Order: sequence, then structure tokens, then C-alpha cells
Amino acid sequence: MNSDLITSLYVFVLAGFIGFEVIRRVSPLLHTPLMSLTNALDAIAVVGAIVLAGEQKSKLATVLGTLAVIAATSNVVGGFLITDRMLKMFKASKPKKP
Amino acid sequence: MNQPFATQHLIEVAYLVATVLFILSLKWLSAPTTARRGVWAGELGMLLAIAGTLLHHGIVDYKWIAIALVLGSIIGVPLGMVHMTAVPQRTALSHAFGAFCVTLVGTAEFYLRTPDVPPFMMAVLAMEVILGSLTFTGSLMAAGKLQEVLPQRPITYMGQNIVNLSLLAIAVGIAVYLVLHPGARRLFPLVIGIPLVFGVMMIIPIGGADMPTVISLLNSYAGLSAAAMGFVLDSKLLIIAGALDGSSGFILSVIMSKAMNRSFTNVLFGAFGQVQTSATAAHEARTVRSATAEEAATILAAAASVVFVPGYGMAVAQAQHKVRELYDALTRRGVDVKFGIHPVAGRMPGHMNVLLAEADIPYDRLLDMDAINPDFPQTDVALIIGANDVTNPAARTDPSSPIYGMPILDVDKARTVMVIKRSMSPGFAGIDNRLYYLDKTLMLFGDARGFVGEIVKGVAGGGR
Repeated sequence: MNSDLITSLYVFVLAGFIGFEVIRRVSPLLHTPLMSLTNALDAIAVVGAIVLAGEQKSKLATVLGTLAVIAATSNVVGGFLITDRMLKMFKASKPKKP
Repeated sequence: MNQPFATQHLIEVAYLVATVLFILSLKWLSAPTTARRGVWAGELGMLLAIAGTLLHHGIVDYKWIAIALVLGSIIGVPLGMVHMTAVPQRTALSHAFGAFCVTLVGTAEFYLRTPDVPPFMMAVLAMEVILGSLTFTGSLMAAGKLQEVLPQRPITYMGQNIVNLSLLAIAVGIAVYLVLHPGARRLFPLVIGIPLVFGVMMIIPIGGADMPTVISLLNSYAGLSAAAMGFVLDSKLLIIAGALDGSSGFILSVIMSKAMNRSFTNVLFGAFGQVQTSATAAHEARTVRSATAEEAATILAAAASVVFVPGYGMAVAQAQHKVRELYDALTRRGVDVKFGIHPVAGRMPGHMNVLLAEADIPYDRLLDMDAINPDFPQTDVALIIGANDVTNPAARTDPSSPIYGMPILDVDKARTVMVIKRSMSPGFAGIDNRLYYLDKTLMLFGDARGFVGEIVKGVAGGGR
């Protein structure tokens, strides 16, 4: 195990803690948007797929990379879109009339 | 190193800013007032990260990238525009897409890198591919069940758990062999294929009521597989995004299984629908009181405080807009109306809140179980629309009940209970609900949408 991997492990563990603390505070009201938003963020895997599709190291890698970009991009676009559509609907009560 | 030093740094800075934006995005999601800002932060972060990646020195050809980005967007837009009742299956489908992406990248990396892969790297790569492929088929199955393309009822057979666990064990065994002998490339298809089968088998015994837990668990797997991909590609951004997604899914799974008083293993390995087959027979002789829509309207209009308890049945009947009309009619008469929402109401975490928000019910009227339960003793009427097991007092009082110990909404403590229900048939889990036989309970037999509509008419026409 080289030091890069060790650093990566530290990053993973710390990010897990941040995720735990941040997400614990999300109101149960918003658990569905939470899941669709994390899904969109998780589609950041697209960056790995883009490099793979563009490097042209082998035919297989290019084909798989291209398919992976398609899948991840649809998650990015669809995920953000639906999260925003849901959140737009959450409105507070209008102030009570006397 | 033929890339200009500055570009390399620019990419790294873009990733760093994207990471910060992602964390802020989730932080802002904590409250409805700031949540939309969270989406914008996420979008900006994503844009920065993709733009940065396009500068990567290794990229020699942009043709396929461009085509894929366009195609992905074309598929993504309809997936973002689905109806709110279809959000659970959409979510399951997007878990499948995410896992598909991760599995493909992992596969490509395997064939590019072998045989010179250090053991730790190979272990992570194998984990990426195993988690990715089982999440892929598992999520497709979940989406199929939610969309009702596949039967929702759990399918079980003798020795199911043994079969499933052995499948997984074989896949892990082959992965371990590959870690020790990275040159054995012929075995790699098995490391994908077996988990693909396992994903299907894993979801076969799971019924509709367990979907909230299962979707959360699949969410967690999708996140972890992306994090593993981050290790393989040495991308901190990916590791962090995967860890955030993984912990989010994990937290939601814990909340969901607590709300059903079950452990993960129990959800995954103990099909719920099979638990009891003869529970209904014992209570045939008991009587229930029923009421008409007019009577219900009179009682509701005379109440000072009312709590609506919506369940998945409300969503199935598409009754949320009628429920909103009733909410309006009662609120106009000065009745205090709140909604009590059980964590597992609906088919995914928080689903019920989205459906009610879509029907324009203000979110400060939507209370979760812990917030609403202390209010029930002071509540005049609890009106249950399409919920069943989450209101069954047997969960508190009867140790022999299969749902004993499950946290429930204490509707039986309200002064009057009204239940809109199609018939006396037991709920999804096949458990008889003794709430229906209480003296204070009125059964309102009928279709949720039609019946609520009738009540609205009664309340509106019932004098000033």
C-alpha cells in the first residue's frame, strides 16, 4: 500500500463522517429530494468515464467509457431536474389572516 | 508530463471547489427554506468538475464524449420529468444507472491495467465491480417491482438465503483469487456475472412494504461502489461524493429499518409477506361501526383539531388533491388540521411529504411521527387515509403480533378515529388491525378519492 492509497483512505473516512453529520440534520420532510440529490452528486463518476471515453487506450475502454458517460449524464440531468421540481413544491403556510 | 503545469493545477482547483460545493449542497438541503440553493450549489459543482475534466491531458478525442453527453442529457430530461408518484421507481432506476456506469468503468480499468495490478488496487477494483453489478440488477428489479412490471409480492423458496449467500461467497472467492493472481483475466467475467445474478435473487423475496429500506440500501451500495471507483482512479472528488452518497443511503436505511422495527438482515433475508397466513380468521366475529360521508363531514366540521394520517393507499388512489380540498374546507372553518406521517409511509423515504407538497399542502403542516404522537391525546379526530399497519395498536400492546415493537402513529389515542378503507381486508403484511374494532373508530368504506370528495361536499354544504 503506497501513501496515495493511505491518503485516499483518510479522505474516504473523513468524508464519511462529514456525510453522516450533515445528512443526519436533513429533515425527514426532505428525504426523497435528499436521495435524488445525492444520486445526482454521485453521478460525478462521469468524470472518470469522460477520461476513459476520451483517452482511446483501447476499443473496449472507449465503448465502455462512452456508455458510462451516457448513464452518468442522464443521472446528473435527471437527478438535479427532479430534485429541483420537488423542492419547488415545498411551500410554507401563508401567514394567517386576522 | 507533457501537460502544462498550470492546467493540471486548474483541474485540481476545479475539483476542490466542486467538493466544497457538494458538501454545501447537502448542508443546505437540511431545511426547505435553503434547499433549492443546495441544488444550485450541486449543479455548479458538477459543471465545474465536468469542465475541469474536459481539460484533462489524456483526452485525445472528444467525439464520443460529446455524443455521450448529449445522449445522456436526452435520456435524463424525461427521467427528471416523471410524475411524483413515480419518483420511487425513478430513483431505483437512477441507482441502476449509477451502478452501471461504475461497473463499466471498473471493467475497462481491469482490462487496461491487468496483469500489473497491486493487490490492494485489485481488491478495490473487485469491490467496485461486485457492488456495482449487484446494485445494477438489484435496482432494476426494485424499479420493476415499484412500477408493477414485476409482481410486488415476495417470492420465496426453500433454501433461498443459502443459495443467495453462496452466490455472493463464490463471487468474493473469485475476487480474492484475482487479487492474488491478477493475470487470471479469464475469471473476471464471473466477478461481474455472479453479482448480476445475485442482485436479481436478492430482490426477489422483497415485498412492496420493504421498498423504502431496500431503496436506501441500494443507494448506499451505489455510493460505496462510486467511492471504490474513486480509489481506483485516485480521484478524491469521487471518493468524497461516493462517501457522501454511501453515508446518506446508510442513514436512511437505518431510519427505515428502525421505523419498521427490523434489522437489515431481517429485511434482506426474511420475506415479510410470508410471516402469517391465518391471522385474519380469529377476528371474524367482531363488529365494526361504519359511517357515511355526511356523518363523517359533520364530525370533522365540529372538531377543533384533526390529524390526517396518509399512507400509500392515498397515493395509489391519487387522492392527495381531494385531501387538499378537505384540508382547505376544514381550515376555512377554523379547524386545526395537521398531517401525521410515518417514516415508511409511501414507497421510499419521504415520499409522502413530496406527494402532499405537490398537492400544495404547506410543509409546516406535515409532521413526522415523533412530532405528532404527543398531540394525539388532544386531537378530536384522526382521519386515516390509506394507511394500515403503521396505525395498528397491536404494535404497542401485543407481543405475539408480528409487528410488535414497531413504532406507530398513536391514532388510537385521539377522541375519534376514522378510517377510509376499501374493505375489511388486511393490509400488505396480512396483519389484522385491531384499531378497526375500537368503540371510538368509525370505518368509512369506499375508494379514498371518491370518499374524501364526498366528505368535502358534506363539509362545504354543511351550513355556515
